[in-house]
Amino acid sequence: MSFPLLTATAVLPALGAIATAAVPAARRTAAKWLALIVSLATLVLAAVVLVRFDPDGDRYQLTESHAWIKDFGVRYELGVDGIAVAMIALTALLIPFIILAGWHDADPLETGSKRWRPTQGFFALILLVEAMVIISFEATDVFLFYIFFEAMLIPMYFLIGGFGDRAHEHGEAAASTQRSYAAVKFLLYNLVGGLIMLAAVIGLYVVAGNFSLTQIAEARANGTLDMATSTERWLFLGFFFAFAVKAPLWPLHTWLPNAMQESTAPVAVLITAVVDKVGTFAMLRFCLQLFPEASTWATPAILVLALISIIYGALLAVGQRDIKRLVAYASISHFGFIVLGIFAMTSQGQSGATLYMVNHGISTAALMLVAGFLISRRGSRLIADYGGVQKVAPVLAGTFLIGGLATLSLPGLAPFVSEFLVLVGTFARYPVIGIIATVGIVLAALYTLVLYQRTMTGPVKAEVEGMPDLRVRELVVVAPLIVLLIFLGVYPKPVTDIVNPAVKQTLSDVQKKDPQPEVEASK
Amino acid sequence: MNPVNYLYLAALLFTIGATGVLIRRNAIVVFMCVELMLNACNLALVAFSRMHGNLDGQIIAFFTMVVAAAEVVVGLAIIVSLFRSRHSASVDDASLMKL
Amino acid sequence: MENLIALLIAAPLLGAAVLLCGGRRLDAVGHWIGTVLAAASFVVGVVLFADMLGKDPENRAMHQFLFSWIPVGGFQADVAFQLDQLSMTFVLLITGVGSLIHVYSIGYMEHDERRRRFFGYLNLFLAAMLLLVLADNYLLLYVGWEGVGLASYLLIGFWQHKPSAATAAKKAFLVNRVGDVGLSIAIMLMFTTFGTFAFGPVLEATGEATEGKLTAIALMLLLAACGKSAQVPLQSWLGDAMEGPTPVSALIHAATMVTAGVYLIVRSADIFNAAPDAQLVTTVVGAVTLMFGAIVGCAKDDIKKALAGSTMSQIGYMVLAAGLGPIGYVFAIMHLVTHGFFKAGLFLGAGSVMHGMNDEVDMRKYGGLRTYMPITFITFGLGYLAIIGFPGLSGFFSKDKIIEAAFAKGGTEGWILGGVALLGAAITAFYMTRVMLMTFFGEERWRNQPTASPAEPDVEPAAAHHGAAASDHAAAATGEPHPHESPKVMTIPMIVLAVGSVFAGGFFSIGDRFIHWLEPVTDHAHGNPPISAGAVTASTVAVMVIGVGLAWLQYGRRPVPVVAPRGSLLTRAARRDLYQDDFNHVVLVRGGEHLTRSLVYVDHTLVDGVVNGTAAGMGGLSGRLRRVQNGYARSYAVSMFGGAAILIAATLLMRAV
Repeated sequence: MSFPLLTATAVLPALGAIATAAVPAARRTAAKWLALIVSLATLVLAAVVLVRFDPDGDRYQLTESHAWIKDFGVRYELGVDGIAVAMIALTALLIPFIILAGWHDADPLETGSKRWRPTQGFFALILLVEAMVIISFEATDVFLFYIFFEAMLIPMYFLIGGFGDRAHEHGEAAASTQRSYAAVKFLLYNLVGGLIMLAAVIGLYVVAGNFSLTQIAEARANGTLDMATSTERWLFLGFFFAFAVKAPLWPLHTWLPNAMQESTAPVAVLITAVVDKVGTFAMLRFCLQLFPEASTWATPAILVLALISIIYGALLAVGQRDIKRLVAYASISHFGFIVLGIFAMTSQGQSGATLYMVNHGISTAALMLVAGFLISRRGSRLIADYGGVQKVAPVLAGTFLIGGLATLSLPGLAPFVSEFLVLVGTFARYPVIGIIATVGIVLAALYTLVLYQRTMTGPVKAEVEGMPDLRVRELVVVAPLIVLLIFLGVYPKPVTDIVNPAVKQTLSDVQKKDPQPEVEASK
Repeated sequence: MNPVNYLYLAALLFTIGATGVLIRRNAIVVFMCVELMLNACNLALVAFSRMHGNLDGQIIAFFTMVVAAAEVVVGLAIIVSLFRSRHSASVDDASLMKL
Repeated sequence: MENLIALLIAAPLLGAAVLLCGGRRLDAVGHWIGTVLAAASFVVGVVLFADMLGKDPENRAMHQFLFSWIPVGGFQADVAFQLDQLSMTFVLLITGVGSLIHVYSIGYMEHDERRRRFFGYLNLFLAAMLLLVLADNYLLLYVGWEGVGLASYLLIGFWQHKPSAATAAKKAFLVNRVGDVGLSIAIMLMFTTFGTFAFGPVLEATGEATEGKLTAIALMLLLAACGKSAQVPLQSWLGDAMEGPTPVSALIHAATMVTAGVYLIVRSADIFNAAPDAQLVTTVVGAVTLMFGAIVGCAKDDIKKALAGSTMSQIGYMVLAAGLGPIGYVFAIMHLVTHGFFKAGLFLGAGSVMHGMNDEVDMRKYGGLRTYMPITFITFGLGYLAIIGFPGLSGFFSKDKIIEAAFAKGGTEGWILGGVALLGAAITAFYMTRVMLMTFFGEERWRNQPTASPAEPDVEPAAAHHGAAASDHAAAATGEPHPHESPKVMTIPMIVLAVGSVFAGGFFSIGDRFIHWLEPVTDHAHGNPPISAGAVTASTVAVMVIGVGLAWLQYGRRPVPVVAPRGSLLTRAARRDLYQDDFNHVVLVRGGEHLTRSLVYVDHTLVDGVVNGTAAGMGGLSGRLRRVQNGYARSYAVSMFGGAAILIAATLLMRAV
């Protein structure tokens, strides 16, 4: 038996989480370093997965399979395709930055404050989330996936509810109320989605007799497993609902602004850049493979919802007064693009959507983490409290601008590639939807530039005066992200090479082909 | 004698007991009414046993007696300790078990 | 030789990267790095040009393939460059004029503490513009296209501490983004129609596509061009863009940015040729903008805004010419090049005037400056003569050809377009003479005038170098200005550009050199105007004389009032950019604000309200149910008996059924 690489990638951060939590309370710094080192080691393992993965090989590679609950046919089955590899790499990549950016976020407050902030817990929870997210990306058994899909709610709940911003405009008590509201809202939304999915998972077992993604998909493909049309559609809706809550898709989005607003910037990044990606990833892996016909049936409705998300999220972002809420609504708009790309059912759309997940993770991390640095300096999340930061902290303003430009998909930066692919992929099949979605790029420019103008330009506000520029630790967080944004914008081929074959497979699952151009131009 | 008459008597006793439980405030009386209901049931069980010609009802009646005895032990203990702390045996005075 | 193409872009890009990441260490030498790298790009351009001249005209195009950029299924985008005669023309213009502006900026921005960054942005601008003209497919062009937008955003808003500058920068970027939507959709249409968006294959295959598709593509490209080239209805950013430092205005208006739209149309000539409806729309847009810019230019008292109106109008000429098809493409590009010379010269001259006048921009507070700044006066004067189309100077040759081509379109359209173009020439002569007279002639209205634009509390930092010492600055800013000539580093670029303004047109026209140069790329057809070419030229000169005469009557003979008179209805409208901004403000800005505000409300009360309402409903229901738990043992007994009764009744009922 070969070395279980995929298990190791998920188990390492889980063990790290336990070890971090076990560090004595007094050795706070040691716990931080331990968490950072574990996350870096996970990154190394993810890199090994990336290297060992052969894009042109089998669909699922590095597979592991063990019986687990024999009576119900539940197996411990892991395997990765190109899309999963990209997502694992993204997760493993972002966690060290999240840990480093949140270095002081869980330090105990000044003496006299009653709030208890267990530093070890903060970092242990982040690692735990990482472990669960990674195993969700790896699971090819529907039940196994479901367990971790749901279980990651627990550490996330504590991260959102337990560690808010240090600063709150209405004082500590209001902050605490707001935080628990956001955490409960997050939990309830996702639990409802999860429970509906559980029903669908059980239904799938009743119909198919096992939980194995590969077996069911194969049986579906060669006709040995027939589902009644209505059964397939109900099961599809059950799965899709849970993923749409997590993604989040309009109108199931309202938990995200609250959750991102109330949590610290690194946790906000964890939510939107890592955890939410499980939702869109699962649409690609489970919805399309298990229920190809129902997916086709639901496509028009889903495309309209995605389109509404794009425009609606962008418009709401324009109207926000809180920096973090603004980024949250921008993310809703971006998730609309991802879903649009997935259900456009073209290779450009789906490759673009996968790429979009990666790029959105990096660009949101860059923007949100810098926003977090900014907020920690001034102690306010309100846009109106800033002004003229560019003059006092040019490096901070510059990195913020680059993060913003990535969010508005400026060509030359990574998100442009994915956004354009999604748009082209959509346009090829649904021109009207493609054109309306394109309007989203103007709105993206609007909310980003308005945010930049109000916070960074203009006369220097008195409270902003004397604001220090980025520190070394903060620069270490932001600089690699920016380098990555530029690199993947100029040369996205390494990612597309990994993703393309997997997308091709997925498309053949749903029996779709790319539309052909009207005129065959001479190449 | 027609065994159905025993059933009528049992029903009557049960009703008296239930009414007592509902309208009396004194915990001891409520308690005795509960006993009355149990015994009404016992009577019914025995009557059924007779009517059906097997012993199942009688066996259950014995079980009921055992349970009733156990209940008396626990119930009286509660009532006594309640009386000690509140100097009253009214069930309405002990209304702390609410949300 | 092909391998040098990438170097054209790499040099300024390297400059931008070094200057922007280099930090304060490079403050002392930053401007030199920027200038040298821009000049290096120009040298490479000249080398490539020399190489190109040595080749057969039909085989001059060069290609360089770098790497495959986005390969997904049928969607294949490469990073590859194409250098043909059209691109070459632009490369020389961009790097040549761009380098001169770099040199000028060394002097102009001397006292700005962020000069290093300014040069970084300038280099970025050049790199993006070069990428735009060198790309061999539309998607890569799009990168340059938005890169130009970004650079203009950074430069227009360079003095970010001024809210007006930040707003203007944002506006420029947003309006350009609207145009970019057009370019995106055009690329998508190309992809679905042809399966590719590289110039070569698309333009070859135009014959096979339906006219409807081609018209749609062409109109979308036109929308893109309108955004970047400030054509009606997306022209509103150009006037506000004057918030940037003056060299930026020169760069945007002469060498980069606004010319991109014309490039796009001429580059896509085959698509436009096959879509006559789109061509008609293009000419109409050009003609309308031409008049719009000219009218606005007549009423502005701000020297830079008057010149901005003029740019809009001149680009209108180019777009008009480009819309005419093969009879106009070459002249559009020729006018673009000559305009590059004289407009850069005019803007640098305006900058030089402002430099000597405490950054006053109101022409009503100028007057009689010719004796104080002779070099500026002469170079500005030559640019002026060129732009009004004085016979023998650059503008004359290029503009006359466009008017001729407009008439040659034939039919009623030809007469209307030609008439508009002629009228535009007259108005051009009028407003440029106005600028000239108000600035360099007449009485010295700046005497006893406190200057330094009162509306702007923050004067341009370039003003900092007027007093000999910093302590003088406050006095200088409020007291009487002391007009003086600018240093050599600023005047030399102006002189070079003036030479170009004078001779470029003639040089291009002798023996139809420019036509032969571009013909292999753009096709050229000789137009036959309904009236003879000589008559067109004569009338062009005549209307120019009329325009100059009218301006002299109004601004030369009579003294210019220091405070602007109320003016006629048209004047007031023109001062406010023909109310276009007001329209935008009311409809788009206000409307948008209301929309977002109501959506925020909807999201909070309706979408979130449903969720929170469900939660509140649950809470309320459990509150009711809680009352049942009142703690009275006997009431529990009642519910127990009741429940038992119901159960028994139900059982009996079930049995009965």
